[in-house]
Amino acid sequence: MFAVRIHGRGGQGAVTAAEMLSVAVFDEGRHAQAFPTFGSERTGAPVVAFCRIDDRPIRLREPITDPDAVIVQDPTLLHQVNLFAGLESGGFLLVNTSRRLGDLGLDDLGRRLSPTHAIAVPATEIAREHLGRPLPNAALLGAFAALTEVVSLGAVCEAIRSRFPGAVGEGNARAAEVAHEHVVSSLRRSADA
Amino acid sequence: MRSQIEGSQAVARAVTLCRPGVIAAYPISPQTHIVESLSDRVRTGELAHCEYLMVESEFGAMSACIGASGAGARSYTATSSQGLLFMAEALFNASGLGLPIVMTLANRAIGAPINIWNDHSDAMSMRDSGWIQLFAESNQEAVDLHIQAFRLAETLSVPVMVCMDGFVLTHAFEQVDLPTQEQVDAFLPPFIPQQSLDPTDPVTIGAMVGPEAFTEVKYLMHAKQMEALDLVPQLADEFDEAFGRRSGGLLKPYRLEDAETVVVALGSVLGTIEEVVDAMRDEGLALGALGITCFRPWPGAEVREALSGAKRVVVVEKAFAVGAGGIVGQNTRDATRGLPVEVYDVVGGLGGRPISRASVRALLDEVLGGQLDPHRLHFLDLDLDRVQREMERSRHGERPGPHAEHMLRDLGAVASGTNE
Repeated sequence: MFAVRIHGRGGQGAVTAAEMLSVAVFDEGRHAQAFPTFGSERTGAPVVAFCRIDDRPIRLREPITDPDAVIVQDPTLLHQVNLFAGLESGGFLLVNTSRRLGDLGLDDLGRRLSPTHAIAVPATEIAREHLGRPLPNAALLGAFAALTEVVSLGAVCEAIRSRFPGAVGEGNARAAEVAHEHVVSSLRRSADA
Repeated sequence: MRSQIEGSQAVARAVTLCRPGVIAAYPISPQTHIVESLSDRVRTGELAHCEYLMVESEFGAMSACIGASGAGARSYTATSSQGLLFMAEALFNASGLGLPIVMTLANRAIGAPINIWNDHSDAMSMRDSGWIQLFAESNQEAVDLHIQAFRLAETLSVPVMVCMDGFVLTHAFEQVDLPTQEQVDAFLPPFIPQQSLDPTDPVTIGAMVGPEAFTEVKYLMHAKQMEALDLVPQLADEFDEAFGRRSGGLLKPYRLEDAETVVVALGSVLGTIEEVVDAMRDEGLALGALGITCFRPWPGAEVREALSGAKRVVVVEKAFAVGAGGIVGQNTRDATRGLPVEVYDVVGGLGGRPISRASVRALLDEVLGGQLDPHRLHFLDLDLDRVQREMERSRHGERPGPHAEHMLRDLGAVASGTNE
C-alpha cells in the first residue's frame, strides 16, 4: 500500500489530482482509491484529498493519517494546516514553490525524509507557462511520478488527457512533462553533489 | 468493463442500464452527482425513452415517482438526509400502494445541527416506512445492488432503497466493473406492473380502507417484505451466475468460523472492520465480522444463525435512537434472544467522523478486556471532556444558549469536515 495525501486550496484541483492519479494507477493495472475530505470546498479554503495505491483491492475507508507521500499545492498552507502529520522518515514530500525548501524552513524535514525524497517544484510557474493558467495540479502529478516512481509519466499524462480532452489536456500534460523533467534533473544534481 | 470511476457516476451508469422510464429528483449533497449525471444521460440520449423531471422538492420527486409507477413506468429517484425526510409522507404511500420504485439514498446525517457528512440517520429514520433497504459496502456493490433492486422491487411490487455512504462511496474513485446493456437486459426484463392505471381497464390505486380490512392490507405488506428474505439471496445467486461476482444477499459473513467476538455493521465501514479482524486473527484472536446487506426486511433468523457461535457481538452503527439506544443493536439483540451472547451497542461515524482501524481496535480491546458495559450505549471516540465542559457550563446562568455553537467555540473551529 502506498498512501498519498494532497493538500491544496479550493480551486487548485487537489481533488481532481487525486482522482487523476488513481486513474493513472488503474491504467497500469493496479488498484487505487481516491477520495476527498469535503466541507470546506470554497475557493481558497484548505482542501485535502487522498489516494491509496496497492496491488490488491483496497477495502480500507479511513482518511490517510500515515502518508507515504505528501503533495503541497500551496506553500501558504504551511502556517495554517498540519501538513506533515504522520509523514515518517523515508516518506516523500513534494512542495509547489519557486523557492528552495530551506527558504520555507523545511530543511530539517527534508533531511529527515532523505534528500532525494523531498523536493520543491515551481508547478504554478510551469502551469502558467504551458497551460496559461496558474493551476498546479497536473504539473505536480508529473513531478510526483518522477519523485516516487510509483506511477509512470506516460500513465499520468494519459489520465490528464482523458480527464481534459483537447487543448486544456495537452497543456496540462505538457506541464506534467516539464515538471517531471525538473524533478529528474534536480535529483540528478543532488546525486552529483 | 472495468473502469476507474467515481461512485456517483458508476451508479448513474448502472441506473441508465436499467432503463427507467421516469426519473424525478431534486438535488441535495451528497446525492447531487448521481442525478446530475442522470439528467445528462437523458439529455444526450444515452438513456433513451426516459422522462427526467426536475421537480420542485423531494416531496414532489417521490409524488411524481408514485404517479409514474402507478401509470406503469419504471421509476427512480435519489436523495439524502433532509431530502428523505421531506419525502416521508410519500414514502409510506409508495410502499403502502405497493409501487416498485427504486431509490438511491446517499447516506448523510440529519440535522440539527446541520451537517452534510455521512452517517446512517437518514436511512434509519425511514426503516419502518415499508421500503426494502439494502446497504452497499463498495461502489461495485452499489452498482450491482441497483440492478438487483429493480428486479426485486418489480417481482414483489415493493419499493427498494439502495443505501450507499455519502462522500465515502459517492465521491470515491475506485475500480468498478460496469456490466453491458446486454447483460443487464438479460437479468432485468421489461417492467410488467402488477397494477397500473389504465383508462380501458380502470382500477383504484389507493382506495380508502377502514377498520374492516386495514389490518389485512398491512398484513399483506408485511408478508411481501418477508418474501424478500427468500428472494434477495435467490437474486444474488442469479446475479452471480450472470455477472460472475457475489453482490447483495442478506448478510456478509467474514471469518465467522469459530469466531468468539463478531462485529456487526452496515455499509462501507465493513472494509475497515475486516482489516482489523485480519490483524487480530493474525494475533490468534477469534474475531469475525458480519455485514448486514439487507436491513429491511430484517433477516432475523439468518442473523441468529450467523451469530449462534459467538460469545460477544459488537454492533457498530452510524445512527442511534436518541433516548433509547442502538437501532441495529436492538434488532441484533432481538435476533439473538435466548442465545448465550452479549450484544454491545456502539455508535460511531456520526456526521462524518471517520471510523478508523485504531478506533475499532481500541473498542475491541475494551470489549475483550471486559471494560465495556453491555447494558449501556457507547459512543466511539467520544470526547467526554468536551461534553462535560459544556454540561458544566450550561448548568450556570439563566440562558445557557445553543450547545452546537459552544462546542465549535470550545474547539476553536468552524465546521470543516476535517476532524483534525
